[in-house]
Amino acid sequence: MARTMAEKVWEEHVVRRADGEPDLLYIDLHLVHEVTSPQAFEGLRLAGRSVRRPDLTIATEDHNVPTQDLLAPIADPVSRKQVETLRKNCSDFGVRLHPMGDIDQGVVHVVGPQLGLTQPGMTVVCGDSHTSTHGAFGALAFGIGTSQVEHVLATQTLPMTPFKTMAVTVNGKLKPGVSAKDIILAVIAKIGTGGGQGYVIEYRGEAIEALSMEARMTVCNMSIEAGARAGMIAPDQTTFDYVRGREHAPRGEDFDAAVEHWKSLRTDEGAVFDAEVVLDADELSPFVTWGTNPGQGVPLDASVPDPASFEDPSARAAAEKALAYMDLTAGTPMREVRVDTVFLGSCTNGRIEDLRAAAEIIRGRRVAEGVRMLVVPGSMRVKEQANEEGLGRVFEEAGAEWREAGCSMCLGMNPDQLKPGERSASTSNRNFEGRQGRGGRTHLVSPQVAAATAVRGTLSSPADLAAR
Amino acid sequence: MEKFDVHTGRAVPLRASNVDTDQIIPAVYLKRVSRTGFEDGLFAEWRKSDPDFVLNRAEFQGASVLVAGPDFGTGSSREHAVWALKDYGFRAVLSSRFADIFRGNSLKGGLLTVLLPQEVIDRLWEAVEADPTTEVTVDLVEREVRSPAAGVHEPFELDDYTRWRLLEGLDDIALTLRHTDEIGAFEGSRKPWLPVTL
Repeated sequence: MARTMAEKVWEEHVVRRADGEPDLLYIDLHLVHEVTSPQAFEGLRLAGRSVRRPDLTIATEDHNVPTQDLLAPIADPVSRKQVETLRKNCSDFGVRLHPMGDIDQGVVHVVGPQLGLTQPGMTVVCGDSHTSTHGAFGALAFGIGTSQVEHVLATQTLPMTPFKTMAVTVNGKLKPGVSAKDIILAVIAKIGTGGGQGYVIEYRGEAIEALSMEARMTVCNMSIEAGARAGMIAPDQTTFDYVRGREHAPRGEDFDAAVEHWKSLRTDEGAVFDAEVVLDADELSPFVTWGTNPGQGVPLDASVPDPASFEDPSARAAAEKALAYMDLTAGTPMREVRVDTVFLGSCTNGRIEDLRAAAEIIRGRRVAEGVRMLVVPGSMRVKEQANEEGLGRVFEEAGAEWREAGCSMCLGMNPDQLKPGERSASTSNRNFEGRQGRGGRTHLVSPQVAAATAVRGTLSSPADLAAR
Repeated sequence: MEKFDVHTGRAVPLRASNVDTDQIIPAVYLKRVSRTGFEDGLFAEWRKSDPDFVLNRAEFQGASVLVAGPDFGTGSSREHAVWALKDYGFRAVLSSRFADIFRGNSLKGGLLTVLLPQEVIDRLWEAVEADPTTEVTVDLVEREVRSPAAGVHEPFELDDYTRWRLLEGLDDIALTLRHTDEIGAFEGSRKPWLPVTL
């Protein structure tokens, strides 16, 4: 029978199947960070259990680490204790850890792919909803809660009931200045924050195939913002070329055998998805959010919508509440919205290509008066590479702050936060109330829009900038 | 895990859709390494900034059933959201739609999340707002929600396996460890090129 990619990867990982029970799935890679793991390790300790496969587990410090003064102790004692707890847990249970200051430290979803640990056809989990990022390789990757983190540590498996499958096909070609971030923001605006609930999304079509690996990661990363736990893209030559030669990639004959297998994972001709959505890339333009959930977005060319224009009463109420929180008036052109802060970084857009795209726009220009721009690389290796390419200097010369790696202002667990009432253009993934700091207001944007916005001080696309 | 069979309590009407986990418990409360004591973080911003927020109102103190709008629990995978609701005193959350990860976390942690048609949620909201002493019974044995005062007697779906685990208060890990032999056998069949971290 013709099967989808998600079904194939699932089937390859079933350890046990019994009537009336969830399937027991084997987990190939477990990524761990400081925030969702302490209670899981404590659970193991209390039950006298060990980590079954430390060799399939890797940890890094990302969510609450500071992004400056790395040599000083973490000032916040609660954050410090959480990081110290991770270090002790990794040491006690024999788990490899990349701590602050290590060249392989960074946002967990940047670190896995960069080390070559994320490969097609694998099952990947992490106590973080943006684990969907790794689906860009054709892996089945999803976020889990702390109880499940403990379960994977103890057994290297998870009891799971199968997902439904959804195809999101993006036909055509993206116009210049339009990026992977605009694709996914448009998908979420189209299907809503609950549209993907219960599904694994497979992104396909000409526009998806044309994306680089890093751009594919941006798309899959925000599957969770559409309600889907996982997003996948079929592995192809772009994928194989990205994986080849990385530290943990298969070598020699193993690589050839792996590629043969990876090619077999593609969705079969004639396989049926439970739901299908189609978009035309030619019609997409830079996208920005105006509200307090990622589905509340419009093209940058549009205006703040009128809540009265929403037919569904619950959507209308949500829009009214969002405009009040965001301090926006219906009808205001999005381009007139002034920001205080621009954040470039996160597991969505903190990779080298994102920094290159933004630096290309910022180069030779200045961050607008009164605007703070924070550039936070996704990992220390990304930072190193950016410095080798001279990008760090471009940001600094433009007046931006060039920081160390971490999740930073994406969720404001470290000192990088908005103040009450401050407004940001952010390349991260969530515009929830208070997400970037208490009372802060977030507009989600692409790296290109972030850079242009930093220069003009209002939401802008690169096309809005005067010639240098 | 704490067992769940039948629970009767007063209810809180939370008339909002897309209540994300950053609202249920803001990130600053996630720095702790303990598993209990998260009640202060529950809806912390709304409780602080809005005196009329439902949880600040005297008539809803001590309620143990949360009746929420659609898409409750969207956003992050933080199980702290479940811990905060439980530590505050909630035993069940009713909604017409839950985010997947939140739902999974709740059913692993003994907080019963019940899917009901929005029309039933609307009726419960109206009844509870009209009379905050209205009691709601969430019956996992019979798989139904009852509130005579609200005119609600509604079945709900939950798979047999999850229901059994909740009724017995069983620990998933202990259940899986019974199948260690099968896990070992599977490991012997994994592709040789798959990466290891050590």
